[in-house]
Amino acid sequence: MRISIYRYDPDRDEKPYMKEYDVAVEPGDRMLLDLLVKVKAIDDGVAFRRSCREGVCGSDAMNINGKNGLACITRIADLKEPVELRPLPGLPVIRDLIVDMTQFFDQYHSIRPYLVNDEPPPERERLQSPEERAELDGLYECILCACCSTSCPSFWWNPDKFVGPAGLLNAYRFLADSRDRATNERLDNLEDPYRLFRCHTIMNCVDVCPKSLNPTRAIGKIKEMMVKRTV
Amino acid sequence: MALPIRTFDAVVVGAGGAGLRAALQLAEAGLRVAVLSKVFPTRSHTVAAQGGIGAALGNMGEDSWLWHMYDTVKGSDWLGDQDAIEYVCREAPRVVIELEHFGMPFDRNDDGTVYQRPFGGHMQNMGAGPAVQRSCCAADRTGHALLHTLYQRNVRANTQFFVEWMALDLVRDASGQVLGVTALEMETGEVYVLHARATLFATGGAGRIFASTTNAFINTGDGLGMAARAGIPLEDMEFWQFHPTGVAGAGVLITEGVRGEGGMLLNSTGERFMERYAPNAKDLASRDVVSRAMATEIKEGRGCGPNRDYVLLKLDHLGPEVIEKRLPGIREIAKKFANVDPVRDPIPVVPTVHYMMGGIPTNYRGEVVAPRGGDPNAVVPGFYAAGECGCASVHGANRLGTNSLTDLVVIGKAAGDSVIRFLAENPGRKDLPADAAEPTLARLARLDGQKNGESVHAVAEELRRTMQAHCGVFRFPDLLAEGVRRVRELVQRVARTEVKDKSRVFNTARVEALELDNLIEVARATMVSAEARKESRGAHDRADCHDRPGFPNGRDDANWLKHTLWYHDGDRLDYKPVNLKPLTAESIAPKARTY
Repeated sequence: MRISIYRYDPDRDEKPYMKEYDVAVEPGDRMLLDLLVKVKAIDDGVAFRRSCREGVCGSDAMNINGKNGLACITRIADLKEPVELRPLPGLPVIRDLIVDMTQFFDQYHSIRPYLVNDEPPPERERLQSPEERAELDGLYECILCACCSTSCPSFWWNPDKFVGPAGLLNAYRFLADSRDRATNERLDNLEDPYRLFRCHTIMNCVDVCPKSLNPTRAIGKIKEMMVKRTV
Repeated sequence: MALPIRTFDAVVVGAGGAGLRAALQLAEAGLRVAVLSKVFPTRSHTVAAQGGIGAALGNMGEDSWLWHMYDTVKGSDWLGDQDAIEYVCREAPRVVIELEHFGMPFDRNDDGTVYQRPFGGHMQNMGAGPAVQRSCCAADRTGHALLHTLYQRNVRANTQFFVEWMALDLVRDASGQVLGVTALEMETGEVYVLHARATLFATGGAGRIFASTTNAFINTGDGLGMAARAGIPLEDMEFWQFHPTGVAGAGVLITEGVRGEGGMLLNSTGERFMERYAPNAKDLASRDVVSRAMATEIKEGRGCGPNRDYVLLKLDHLGPEVIEKRLPGIREIAKKFANVDPVRDPIPVVPTVHYMMGGIPTNYRGEVVAPRGGDPNAVVPGFYAAGECGCASVHGANRLGTNSLTDLVVIGKAAGDSVIRFLAENPGRKDLPADAAEPTLARLARLDGQKNGESVHAVAEELRRTMQAHCGVFRFPDLLAEGVRRVRELVQRVARTEVKDKSRVFNTARVEALELDNLIEVARATMVSAEARKESRGAHDRADCHDRPGFPNGRDDANWLKHTLWYHDGDRLDYKPVNLKPLTAESIAPKARTY
C-alpha cells in the first residue's frame, strides 16, 4: 500500500514536503497504525505519536485522506490509495505528524475541568441516581485527541478565543453533573461572543469524533442553560 | 561535558494513576514538584483499564476488607507480603470514596451508591464463597474515568507537568541516596539533570518485552531499567500475568468484567470448560488458573477457528441492554478488532501478557527497599516507587483483577505521603555527585556515534519473539535455559543499535532506542529469575514442577516461599523472605489453592 506522509523537520528542512512509502499489507495488519509502524521500520525519521493502539489514549490523531481520525482504529481496508497523512490542521507543526497541542489544552484547562463542590464531603460517596449518572454518558468518554477541535473552522480562526468542541463538551460534562455546584460560574465563564458563541453548528466535530460523541449537542445544551437562567 | 541542572523538592516520573495520585499529594502540600511523562498524562496506560477498582464497599451485599485481603493473599499464591496486602485492602474503600468525591463518574445503583460487579477470585467468607460484587466501575472504562479524574484534580492543584519528557537515568551518590534523574525533553532534544531531594517512580509496566501484549507502546519498563542500572535489584520478575481474554491476533484487552457480568468461555465443542478446572468459581477463577485452562484446551486440540488457536468468549445471552449499559467499550473493541458484534457472536480470545507482578522492591509506604547490612528491606533514601513499576508486594505470584487500580491509588497516595515526611525530616539538599550525568552522556554519545549498527526495530522484535517463545503461560526448563542464553546475546546487540535519524527535534527513533535499553533489563531479569525458580507458583508454571503430594499445583513452600531479587551486575540473584505477618489481622497460612 502506498502512503504519502507530510514531512517537516525544522532542524533539517526549509519547508514541508510529502514523501511516499510503499509497505506490504500482511495478514496481521488491520489498522493504519500497523502500517505506520512498518514505515518507521523503513525510515526511522518519520515522527508520530502513538501509545495504546486501541483508540482509548488519543495519541495518534492525524488527518487521514482529508479527515481527522485515530490511526489505530482506522481500518486499512477502508482506506483509499494512496493514503495521504497530514498533521491535524490548524495547530503549529512541531515535526512531521506531531503538532503542538498547547492551544488545545489551554482551552480545555480554561473551562475548569474538575468537579467543584465545596460542601464538606460525606463519609461515604455522594449519592447520584442512575438517571443523574446517565446524564454524563456521551460526555465523560472524551479522550482529548483533538480530532474535533482541529476540524472546526471556528477553532482554526480563533484558537485563542473559542473554547472549541472538545473544551465545550467537557464544560457540559461538569454542568451536567448532579454533584457539581459551580453552574453559574461555569456559565459566566462561557458567556462571551467567542468562547461559546463562535460555534456555528457546522458539525464537523460530530462527523470526526472517534468515540462517536456529539459536541454540537453539548454546546446546544449549554446555550439552553444560558437562556434558561436569563428568563 | 556537563548538563544543565534544574532543582526541585521532588521529581515524579510517570503520570498514570500512581504518578498522578502521588503528585496530587505533593502539589497539595505546596512542594516544588516536577511530574515527568513521556506522554500527555491522560494518554498513560491506566486509561486502558476497563473492569473496575476493587474495594470492599459492601454496596451490593455484605463484604469486608478482611475477605478482600484473604482473596488477594490466595490469589498471590502466598507470595504477596501480608502487611502490604492488609494495607491496600483496608485503605481501598477510603481511596475509592475519595475518587468519587473528586468527581469520578462511577456507575450507580438505584439507591445512588456506587455500582460494583463480580470479578475473578473475589469471594465472600474468607474464600469460601459465593462470589462477591467488589469491583467499583464506570461501565468498562474505569481506567479512563479514574485517570481523567486524577488529571483534572491535578489541574485544580496546579501540579507542574513536564509533558513529553523521558527520564533516562537515576542519579545516586556514593552513599546510595537517590538525588534525581537525567531527562530528555523530547520536543527540543535537550537533556537535563533534574536535581531532587526525593524521586518517585510511577513508570508503569513493561509488557512490550513480549510480542503479544495488552500493553501500550509506551510500556517499556523505563523505571525498572533506570533502577537496575543504578544497582537496585528487581523483585519477582518471573511473575507475568497472562490475561485470559486478549483479542486473538490483536492483543487488545477484553475485560474480565465480561465474565463478571455473566459471560463464559467455550471451547470448540461448545463446552463451558472452566467448570472442569474450577468447579466453584468457574469462569471467575483467578487469571492464572483461567489462562492455563485455556492454553490446555488449545494444546489438546479443542481450540476454535481454522487453526484451533483460540477459544470463544460468549456474552450474547446477557442481552443487548446489559452489553450496551455495562460493556459498551467491549462491543466497540470487538467490532473493530475481531470483526464480531458480541450482541450476536462470541469473541475469539487468547491468554495475552498483561501485567508485571514484580518490579522495584518497596514497602507498603512506597519507599524503595534493598538489602543492606543484613537487612533485606533497608530503605533506599530519597527513592520511592508506586503502581505497576513497584513491588510492595501486593500481588505476589498472581494479581487479582481490579487490584491494580486499587494498588496504584493506595500506594501512590502512600508514596506521596512518604515523600512529604522525608522532605520534612531531611530539610537539606545533598550535592550532586560530580559524575551525575556520565552514564546518560555515555549512552547518548554511543548512540549518536554508532556506525554500521543494527536497527532498533529489528533488535526489539527479536527480543519480543524470544520472550514470547521462551517465557509463556507454560514454562519448560530447556526453553528457559535457552531463553537466558538468547537474551544475553541480545544484550550485546542492544549495545550496538544505530539510529539513522540524528535530528534534535522530537526524535522518536532516539526515544525508541533509549527505551530498548530498559526493555533489555526487564527481559534479562525475567528470564534469569524464571529459569532459577524451580517450582510452579501463580503465573510461573514449570512443566517439571507439577501437582504432587506435598506440592500443591507444583508449589514448593519449603524451598521457594521467598522473593527473588535480580541484580543487573552479573545477573546475580538473591532472595528475601515473604512477609506472612499482616499489620493487624491474623496471618493467612499457605494452603492448597483451588477455585
